[in-house]
Amino acid sequence: MTPALGIIIGVFVVAIALGLMARRGHVMSLEQWSVGGRGFGSVFVFLLMAGEIYTTFTFLGGSGWAYGKGAPALYILCYGAIAYSVSYFLLPIIWRYAQAKKLVSQADFFAVKYDSRALGVVVAVVSVAALVPYLILQLKGLGIIVSEASGGIVSQQVAIWTGSAALVGYVVVSGVRGSAWTSALKDLMILVVAIGIGVYLPLHYYGGYRAMFEAIELARPGMLTLPSSGMSPAWFISTVLLTATGFYMWPQFFAGAYTARNENVFRKNAVMLPLYQLVILFVFFAGFTATLVVPGLKGADVDLSLLRIVERSFGSWTLGVIGAAGILTALVPGSMILVTAGTILAQNVFRVITPTASDRTVSLVARSMVPVLALAAVLLTLRGGDTLVVLLLMGYSLVTQLFPALLLCLGANPRVSAASVIAGIVAGELTVVFLTVTSASVATLLPAAPQVVKDLNVGFVALGVNVVVLSIVAIVTRARALTATAPEASA
Amino acid sequence: MRRYRWLAALPTLGMLGGLPFANRVRPYVAGLPFLLAWIVGWVIATSIIMALIYRLDSTRDADAALTTPVDRAKRP
Repeated sequence: MTPALGIIIGVFVVAIALGLMARRGHVMSLEQWSVGGRGFGSVFVFLLMAGEIYTTFTFLGGSGWAYGKGAPALYILCYGAIAYSVSYFLLPIIWRYAQAKKLVSQADFFAVKYDSRALGVVVAVVSVAALVPYLILQLKGLGIIVSEASGGIVSQQVAIWTGSAALVGYVVVSGVRGSAWTSALKDLMILVVAIGIGVYLPLHYYGGYRAMFEAIELARPGMLTLPSSGMSPAWFISTVLLTATGFYMWPQFFAGAYTARNENVFRKNAVMLPLYQLVILFVFFAGFTATLVVPGLKGADVDLSLLRIVERSFGSWTLGVIGAAGILTALVPGSMILVTAGTILAQNVFRVITPTASDRTVSLVARSMVPVLALAAVLLTLRGGDTLVVLLLMGYSLVTQLFPALLLCLGANPRVSAASVIAGIVAGELTVVFLTVTSASVATLLPAAPQVVKDLNVGFVALGVNVVVLSIVAIVTRARALTATAPEASA
Repeated sequence: MRRYRWLAALPTLGMLGGLPFANRVRPYVAGLPFLLAWIVGWVIATSIIMALIYRLDSTRDADAALTTPVDRAKRP
């Protein structure tokens, strides 16, 4: 056994222990399991909300984008800051309503606001369709990190099965408390690792940041700015706006807001989180260093750039620490996804089908869904072909379609009928599927448009279809409602 | 009225609105290419602006909590 493997196993065991211990002193009702009994203070909510920015995607994908694409990677820094500044105003509204109505899921929020179980089911289906691919992405990352860091001793399959089994164990036992406790360990390790390598690597290979960027600009002119077509400023701005819109539409972060003890928690976090996510900058530095130090990675392999440069630069010990941090970036989001998906299936699908079910039964169903979901994700991870990539690309676009429905119900009463938002969401989702399957872009849809329009993120097309269908149905249903009530009003 | 809350729109407008002009390598700022420095600067500014709004909100909330409706009615 190499030192790296020893460290990885050690941290893995500690993480599971933390996850299991998180349950202590709490009776696990559904409210406790799904939203931590609404008792989390600033630190736990902070860690859960920071979970979004430090997933395996940021760790491997962020450095991979910096390595392969350069400046376009910076969009990752922007959307978080914008979403957090909006969260200051948005999350207290959501939290207050959830607290008053004792909601446990995002689908609950829509179902109760619009007084429509059907809408709850639609949102539940969208949520699970977006969450399972996201879980698969985490498991894939986990497999890559463990097999690379262990020097191939542990195969990807073994890593994925073991990781998932541990995940299921502590999620079933501790629910969202397990996520919160393990994320404390994760963030601590990520901070040390990211800042450590982000500071060390550029200094070691180039002697300084400016020297590194000048070398990159010389070898790859244009890599440090956005190109004039393709990933241009128009692409960048539209992508940042779209991603910031979808940010809190992810069911696990939406419901993550329910865990807060009071609404001041969100305000404090909106101050801290933009600064905190600058840690991603150091991950970019590692990716930029790798550009010229370990050149030649192509296609999906760019995601290995971080691990390759670390292998080349450090001994087995450091590799182990980085591998362990990488595992945690997969386990924590993975656990939040499992809690959320289990809750949604039990609360917004099972309870609708079986209205007589007791709270105890619903809670049991939520937890029994965890191994089922995890097994499905593992099998898809190990067998997944190209269809999987398509699903992954769709995830963010799928959840973004919920945004108009949220915006229209933030006031005391929803501004439109449940039927209209259902129609909008369904139309939007179908558009997302169509656009993704045909890999359309605005350029292919509107070949005659000016370049600025062509570069816009295609996600806006789906959102546009959503809003148009929603408006038409809203106008029609409102007109009908008026004609139906008119005779009574005059009588 | 809490008009100062509109400050929260500033990071989005500044960061993205200025992007077409900030899309350049030179001048380097603190060792970073200009575009990168521009974005990092705005992310830091986001935290500062939100901290300002938080402080202003906190003082107003405290004032509102201290003055009960009865106190307010007594005011000239």
